[in-house]
Amino acid sequence: MTAVTAGRGGRSLVDLVFRARELSIVAALVLLVAVTTGVNGNFLSGQGVKDIFLNASILVLLAVGQSFVIITKNIDLSVGSVVGLVAFTVGDFLAADHGRGIVFAVILGVAIGAVCGLANGLLVSFGRVPALVVTLGTLYVIQGLDHFIAHGRQINAVDLPPALLSMGNGGVLGIPYLPLIAVLVMVAAGYYLRSYASGRDFYAIGSSPEAARLAGLPVRRRVMTAYLLSGGLAGLAGVLWLARFGTVVADAAGGWELQVVSAVVVGGVAITGGVGSVYGAALGALLLTTITSALVVLKVDPFWQQAITGALLLLAISVDRLLALRVARILRRRNARHGS
Amino acid sequence: MTEPPGGDAPPVLALRGVSKAFGAVQALRDVSLELFAGEAHALAGENGAGKSTLVKTLTGVYRPDTGQLLLDGEPVEFHSPADAQNAGVAVIYQEPTMFPDLSVAENIFIGRQPRAALRRIDRGAMHGRAAELFKRLGVALDPEQPARGLSIADQQLVEIAKALSRDARVLIMDEPTAALSGAEVTRLFNVVKALREQGCAVLFISHRLDEIFELCQRVTTLRDGTWIASEPVAGMTHDDLIRRMVGRDLDALYPKLDTVPGEVALKVHRLTREGVFTDVSFEVRRGEIVALAGLVGAGRSEVARAIFGVDRWDAGSVEVNGRGLPAASPTAAMSAGLALVPEDRRQQGLVMEQSIERNIGLTGLKNLRRGPVISRAAERDRARDWAIRLQLKFNRLSDAVNVLSGGNQQKVVLGKWLSTRPGVLIIDEPTRGIDVGTKAEVHRLLSELAADGLAVLMISSDLPEVLGMADRVLVMQEGRLVAEIPRDAATEESVMAAATGRAS
Repeated sequence: MTAVTAGRGGRSLVDLVFRARELSIVAALVLLVAVTTGVNGNFLSGQGVKDIFLNASILVLLAVGQSFVIITKNIDLSVGSVVGLVAFTVGDFLAADHGRGIVFAVILGVAIGAVCGLANGLLVSFGRVPALVVTLGTLYVIQGLDHFIAHGRQINAVDLPPALLSMGNGGVLGIPYLPLIAVLVMVAAGYYLRSYASGRDFYAIGSSPEAARLAGLPVRRRVMTAYLLSGGLAGLAGVLWLARFGTVVADAAGGWELQVVSAVVVGGVAITGGVGSVYGAALGALLLTTITSALVVLKVDPFWQQAITGALLLLAISVDRLLALRVARILRRRNARHGS
Repeated sequence: MTEPPGGDAPPVLALRGVSKAFGAVQALRDVSLELFAGEAHALAGENGAGKSTLVKTLTGVYRPDTGQLLLDGEPVEFHSPADAQNAGVAVIYQEPTMFPDLSVAENIFIGRQPRAALRRIDRGAMHGRAAELFKRLGVALDPEQPARGLSIADQQLVEIAKALSRDARVLIMDEPTAALSGAEVTRLFNVVKALREQGCAVLFISHRLDEIFELCQRVTTLRDGTWIASEPVAGMTHDDLIRRMVGRDLDALYPKLDTVPGEVALKVHRLTREGVFTDVSFEVRRGEIVALAGLVGAGRSEVARAIFGVDRWDAGSVEVNGRGLPAASPTAAMSAGLALVPEDRRQQGLVMEQSIERNIGLTGLKNLRRGPVISRAAERDRARDWAIRLQLKFNRLSDAVNVLSGGNQQKVVLGKWLSTRPGVLIIDEPTRGIDVGTKAEVHRLLSELAADGLAVLMISSDLPEVLGMADRVLVMQEGRLVAEIPRDAATEESVMAAATGRAS
């Protein structure tokens, strides 16, 4: 397969490799759904499918934001904490007065997320502190802030305006809002990254930060933007989390950052930057969510879910490495022929 | 040619009285330089003379402490590389900085891709324009292929295409030929000559003096950060130029001592690594310097790597002092008395962030142990001995090696290996990217080592070095040993003829 495409052109070869990643996730999904449905016919019931999509939507939003950051060769570990903070503060805000509009609530949530992202971005791009350390720090700081605000309290669904809850569980023409929002965001982000010059900058920066600097690209501004987007989308995800679950405690989404990073990497965004698409990342998120649901239906101990996620991650990274080596070898051979 | 080729027009780009200091180090001191349209201007100087700083000042990476930059005679300030690029100044580095994950066309147009409606990227136009540029340069590169895997020569051509696409008026080339083969250099020079004829000003930096004489009309020399001279190349000799760079007459650049070869120290018999080299046999005797010559890609470094055990060999044998070496074991090779100074010192020879003493000590950790721990004092003593023997220029032994100049880094690698007291030294491109002064020192050192009974196998693409230093020249071509030429019969013609397969 690869031998044939190598002759046609490196570009189609590389495209194929990445499409291969997306296709193989789809194949894994189909296989997973088929096996699970075979064991338990209820898996594909309307409610079951709807649950998967609702749960996946929030992860997809976070994965899209995270993709921007990882493509620039950075990482954002604070998103789980941001979701928790936003879900609680916006819940608190709405519970105080049911008259407050949900549009305003969404804007507030995104703004809080964006401020967190701004802090990350400033520290990483201007402070020149490694992203891992910065966002690990803000993970704890934001979590602490969240606990301080919550003070052991809990937001309950009955305290929230019904309009918000219907956003979390209702839909138009039978399609729930959450997946609609997630798909819209994904398509917009994917289109921007592929078709706009500033979108390509993210890939260039992740591919070689030094070359990006020498080429005069606005490296710091793009890295800032990536964190701003990741934070803002985490804020949006926080509001949707509140709308979906209604009941929120302080550390609502604790630990989600690792799920998000896993989804992105399983989806083919290279942790070393410069490669991948938000579509892949979104598919990765859908796959992880489906595995969780499938394991519940198959009555497998939930403990195994983590082990399987981990195994999948290792598999994805090994496959990436293998493919990278193979592509490099093919390209070298082609170029050797050119040169002689 | 005494008058600059610009006539009355002001220089396209000029530096006037520029100084730049980094901490206590004065990198440039009151340096002036004028680049005229249509001239190729060489910048000469030893490593550490300030050439790189000057280039980075011209390209907006550094800002001068004092002095002025003039564009078309008007003062200008470059606050960033982007400013310099927008002013039409393009630079091609020795090892271009590319985006390996992006396509060749995107590498050219990054940040200013052709736009379609709604400011979207017009990929069709982008690929078309890249193809046009390559056609103009006369090279066969596919705009849609990813940059990953391109040879350095091709990467440089992509960079030149980028400069063309920006309508660059000044092209700065920082040691572009260091990693190229002969044919690639010729291709590059043809492109550069064409650009110059089209009115581009070219600033050319190279340690290969021949290239300066071939390509350039004028040359500016720097020494220790100070401007020495700007003058026409015509009428100058190599020795004139070297004297300007070094500030003194060089001892002979190739101080080869005559030696009487002793017994066989390294014997390579029918060594084969499939697809890389085939049936390579030769011997190196104690006291001999044997050069392994050939074009880049002929398999020379690969043979060296296999002998030292970095790569596995498929057939054949290697003997050191009459005893066979196991395949693929650098540890066995080292304890048998082999040392390998690799081609790429930054990647393979040194731990760049670590200190001089740590780097020198790295090969002898066993001997530096006092009980279970490494003795810092022993490490330091050993480093000091070798630093003195090699005339290393440094501030403190605890300085990281990445602050040293290329020549001094090479000395650290040499010290690291010589401190293992090897019987056979394999040295790959001993003086690549090293200034003439240090080059002569490295040569003197190799010569003395051989006179002391060391067997030296030297891989080099620098023909004068091969001819000047070697007792015998082995020539490889496409993975095979095709010729063995004794010192008396070795000439530039005979070696090149064998390397390119024109030998009878």
